[in-house]
Amino acid sequence: MAESYPLLEARGIGKAFLGIAALDGVDFTLGRGEIHALLGENGAGKSTLIKILTGVYSRDRGTLQLDGAEVTPASVADAQKLGIGTVYQEVNLLENLTVAENLYLGRQPTRFGMIDRREMRRRSKALLTRYGLDIDVDALLSSYSVAIRQIIAIARAVDLSGKVLVLDEPTASLDSHEVETLFTVLRRLREDGLGIVIITHFLNQVYAVADRVTVLRNGRLVGTRDLANLPRLELISMMLGRELQHMTRERQPGDETITTTGEAPIRFEGYGKRGSVAPFDLAVRPGEVVGIAGLLGSGRSETAFLMFGIDRADSGTATIDGKPASLSSPESAIGHGFGFCPEERKTDGIIGDFSVADNIALALQASRGWAKPISSREKQALAESFIKSLDIRPASTEKPIKLLSGGNQQKAILARWLATEPRLLILDEPTRGIDIGAHAEILKMIERLCAEGMSLVVISSELDELTAVAHRVIVLSDRRHVAELVGKQVTTDNILQAIASRTEAA
Amino acid sequence: MIHTRNLPFITTLGIFILAYILCVTQYPNMLSTRVIGNLLTDNAFLGIAAVGMTFVILSGGIDLSIGSVIAFTSVFVAVMVGSLGVHPLVAFAAVLAISTIFGSAMGAMIRYLGIPPFVVTLAGMFLARGAAYLISTESVPISHPVIDAIQGFYFRVPGGGRLTALAMLMLIVFLLGAFVAARTRFGANIYAIGGNQQSAELMGVPVGPTTVGIYALSGFLSGLAGIAYTLYTSSGYSLATVGVELDAIAAVVIGGTLLTGGVGLVAGTFIGIMIQGLIQTYIVFDGTLSSWWTKIVIGILLFVFIVLQRGIIWYSDRRLAESRLKEV
Ligand SMILES: Nc1ncnc2c1ncn2[C@@H]1O[C@H](COP(=O)(O)OP(=O)(O)OP(=O)(O)O)[C@@H](O)[C@H]1O
Ligand SMILES: [Mg+2]
Repeated sequence: MAESYPLLEARGIGKAFLGIAALDGVDFTLGRGEIHALLGENGAGKSTLIKILTGVYSRDRGTLQLDGAEVTPASVADAQKLGIGTVYQEVNLLENLTVAENLYLGRQPTRFGMIDRREMRRRSKALLTRYGLDIDVDALLSSYSVAIRQIIAIARAVDLSGKVLVLDEPTASLDSHEVETLFTVLRRLREDGLGIVIITHFLNQVYAVADRVTVLRNGRLVGTRDLANLPRLELISMMLGRELQHMTRERQPGDETITTTGEAPIRFEGYGKRGSVAPFDLAVRPGEVVGIAGLLGSGRSETAFLMFGIDRADSGTATIDGKPASLSSPESAIGHGFGFCPEERKTDGIIGDFSVADNIALALQASRGWAKPISSREKQALAESFIKSLDIRPASTEKPIKLLSGGNQQKAILARWLATEPRLLILDEPTRGIDIGAHAEILKMIERLCAEGMSLVVISSELDELTAVAHRVIVLSDRRHVAELVGKQVTTDNILQAIASRTEAA
Repeated sequence: MIHTRNLPFITTLGIFILAYILCVTQYPNMLSTRVIGNLLTDNAFLGIAAVGMTFVILSGGIDLSIGSVIAFTSVFVAVMVGSLGVHPLVAFAAVLAISTIFGSAMGAMIRYLGIPPFVVTLAGMFLARGAAYLISTESVPISHPVIDAIQGFYFRVPGGGRLTALAMLMLIVFLLGAFVAARTRFGANIYAIGGNQQSAELMGVPVGPTTVGIYALSGFLSGLAGIAYTLYTSSGYSLATVGVELDAIAAVVIGGTLLTGGVGLVAGTFIGIMIQGLIQTYIVFDGTLSSWWTKIVIGILLFVFIVLQRGIIWYSDRRLAESRLKEV
């Protein structure tokens, strides 16, 4: 009987890229009706393991059994047929197709050999209703937000798989409400007997939804444990191989003086754009970290776009060092010493075929002008110092960046902007997709930069992160700056309250 | 509901209708079924080739070998039938098989050797042209009862027009092409690959076989276009149809298909062909204009459409931002 076998069992999986082992003798067992978290630092080999299970890569060594039968998925389509469906870290479905076409690509309902569009539409509607989405399935995917696209991708994978569902960082771009919706769905699927593998860097979510956890480190298995009796600190040290230094920030006496006194050299007054963000006032002083909080779609990123000249303001003024400044394009913003690390680093940031060093040096080169090239020695030194301080792995300056794991790519892009030593750096979700160890490193780095007099604007959905680093937090709701919390007021509860009170009022 | 992705097509259709009305107000005769019948017949071979090009461009590729394959086909058929006395239908079948295999081979090189379509089909262009020269450098006339029968076949349409076998062949190819694009999995996969090949692959689209299939189809249709061309001119000539691939690309782009792939309609290409034919017909009616005006107008239209496509992308981005606003 099939029941006596685990649903999916991988033994001794090994995989090397160009002779460098990404996975070495990893065992992984997934049961029916189980949500299994796969954890590890950036570059630990999580995505690689997933890709082997789902037919993207072939394994060098090891065995893989599904329902007790040996399987070797040769392609994604093959894995889907076997019952293994996936939402990848990098995939965003196809923007040029409609929602319905995306949901049923490769398995369109047919009548007399023809694609039956009416039936496809009907099924799409029915499918999405189960996820609480009531949207026009004939609209192009590109007309929906990232969060909705993610849910559509999950709906597709769930519907496809039937046996095993694999999610690689599915919640990275969802807000807490959407995460809850997703988890409700996952729990229901677990009841149905599906085996679910989920990769995430949010430990809260791991404890909220998963039953068991498997931890990888440097391509090796650290262990598989029941979450019910695994203390959080122990899980963290399994991941890092060491204890994590505490990461919450001690509020320094004198923080308040930074924010309340002293002239702010960078100020925005009545700055806004119709249909994007209502006019706001914002002044940033040297050495200050201003946090921006709010729900997804509340206008956080749009505020950053305005400040960095990606969008043009249609009201208000920007003043820098007492002189009016025009921020009509990113170039002019960079000219004023601004830097911006966008949220969608995957699409906006990396140049895949360039080396890590080139990617890091890119913005610095641009700000110096192309006439004054950075010497290769300087570039090398620069890259090495950031690889060390941000713990980018593998620690090679010459690798094309596309061969790095998702989290390590993010670190390299962050390094790119830090390298320009801007006077004002805007970070949109700086720690998304970054593991808990590197997370702490980045927060430490932010503090050090401030101590050196840089100003920072940090946009984040993680309130813990904001309260840890920000001297001041602006709360957004409905594309309006609704509250400002200073110094001791900056607490998770206060931020939540500010968001909630506005949402109810509206 | 009008999709923004269909906007280029609707614009093209609008331009075509408008241009036609303008032509007709000047030369009422241009509305006659006789003119329309000729328009279809004269552009049949180009239209057939352009259907293949539509699929290639929809997938984000390009096929530069089309004109040479047409020339090769016509010479091959002419020599087989005219000089060697092979039955035309046998020659047709043989040449369709050759051009399909030729297309598949190019598709396989693109996919499995990772060489860009531009380079592979450029090589294919030289190869097919060279092969045509090898067979014969002369213009080879062709005559056979079967060929005469096909050439002479037509339906009479009210108003004195003739719907010839060539015109019907082209219309059938367009109808089948539109069907394949909109109603088959193969078609859906082509749009997917044109949208984003990597995503398509991860979503389980069989990218390899589909790519080979696309170029095989384009090869097949080039062969069929070559047969149509042979029937149209009653001869085969290896120097003929130079640059036809560019006319086909122009028709596809004017028809609203994005050169980057993933967006477009086969019906759009039909309108693109008709616009080109309309300009030529107008020049014939006018009698004083140089035929080079066709090229100039096509050039201008191409510019207009590329700008238009940019504009639409910009517009839909803005609509996206607005709809997100409403979501909140
Ligand atoms: N195609 C590839 N070629 C070469 N090296 C690769 C390739 N894919 C992954 N690697 C390497 O394998 C290692 C494991 O990468 P993987 O993407 O599995 O990490 P991960 O655990 O998913 O990390 P993250 O949390 O950052 O997403 C990394 O060192 C990475 O650089
Ligand atoms: Mg990963």
